[in-house]
Amino acid sequence: MLIVQLEKQLGEFAVKASFTSESGATVLFGSSGAGKTSVINMIAGLLAPDHGRIVLNDEVLFDDKVRINVPASQRHIGYVFQEGRLFPHFSVRRNLEYGRWMSGQTADPALFRHVVDLLDIGHLLDRRPRRLSGGERQRVAVGRALLMRPRLLLLDEPLASLDAARKRDILPYLERLRDEARVPLIYVSHNAAEVRRIANRVVVLEAGTVVATGGLELLDAAQADVLA
Amino acid sequence: MFELSPQDWTAVQLSLRVATVSTVIALPFGIAIATVLARKEFWGKALLDGLVLLPLVLPPVVTGYLLLITFGRRAPVGAFLADHFGIVFSFRWTGAALACGVMAFPLMVRAIRLSIEAIDTRLEDAAATLGANYVWRFITITLPLALPGIIAGAILAFTRALGEFGATITFVSNIPGETQTISAAIYTLTQVPSGDADALKLVIVSVIISLGALMVSELLARRATARLHGE
Repeated sequence: MLIVQLEKQLGEFAVKASFTSESGATVLFGSSGAGKTSVINMIAGLLAPDHGRIVLNDEVLFDDKVRINVPASQRHIGYVFQEGRLFPHFSVRRNLEYGRWMSGQTADPALFRHVVDLLDIGHLLDRRPRRLSGGERQRVAVGRALLMRPRLLLLDEPLASLDAARKRDILPYLERLRDEARVPLIYVSHNAAEVRRIANRVVVLEAGTVVATGGLELLDAAQADVLA
Repeated sequence: MFELSPQDWTAVQLSLRVATVSTVIALPFGIAIATVLARKEFWGKALLDGLVLLPLVLPPVVTGYLLLITFGRRAPVGAFLADHFGIVFSFRWTGAALACGVMAFPLMVRAIRLSIEAIDTRLEDAAATLGANYVWRFITITLPLALPGIIAGAILAFTRALGEFGATITFVSNIPGETQTISAAIYTLTQVPSGDADALKLVIVSVIISLGALMVSELLARRATARLHGE
């Protein structure tokens, strides 16, 4: 269970977001510039809110009133970035193992094989990120975040940099991830079609503020707004 | 035909030792200062930047003189280091290494700083979300990605140290076998009527060493870059 209540002033732009999320996939939906990435950066610990609270499974990650701000490196929250952000100087295998290595966990070959099979990246393990296609890179990025055994997985428009065909290739992996990996997901997107396939729950952001939370039925209204 | 006199040979060996030691000792400081200058914003940053660059713009004699009144045997820092740690710089090869290190420092810091500034900090953010704290991010992401710049900085410093003359001779004089480096030996030889031939030999040696260092640098930097890019 994730509880988010936060406020952040970014120059002229104010982010004010409150929502809760349970198991399954919660989609943060809104047009670009609505503050979606800022919100998940704050959940990940890469950006400190001015005010508010972030609580994950009863652990307070941020609370300005009691001056708690757990560093990103201790939050155990996986993050799949829009542009992958694979480490160019490591092979795919070492990218995948980086999280386990940094947190001092012992190797779990069964989990490794499971994630590699789930994402179909077994044939890429010895390559460098530069030698991967966009879709392969994003699948490795998802695998890297999963293999740190996160308590929560953040995905920031993981398909935005891909063409339509690649998106169709990867969406099934993300659906399997939602259904099989048993890690709650926060999925940022401005693409209604994508959201329809992934979301169990929708949080609609507009100009930095949460304007609605609920089920997929919100999408039609919000999409009309986004397009307007 | 091409034979160095024992004294010249001593000068070559001393130069290599001084340049190597000064580069190796300056490197961790250079990496630390370059990281701070590349990544941190703080009060007095412009001053620190200026201080680091100072040996590049000051006349070397001035730098040597400043070292003399700071690290000389009776000077405040020099006396303290000698009394408490037994480290003596004045008229020793260690003093030559200190002078060379100080003179080479700005070039080293500049090369390393540029390479750190070119690193995408978002990769370090990604490492943070994967559980890497500041130190591990630095060791596993920042340092390897900055490696080409670190190699270039170290080789630049090494060649700069080989050529150092003014600050060294002002600070620790020109004592054969102790502080007489190649440059000082060449200078000495040009001051005596019959020294031209020997001076030329040392000039050739110094050209060979410097060219060799640059070629090694180019090779290592190319390899490091290729490694980063996964080829």
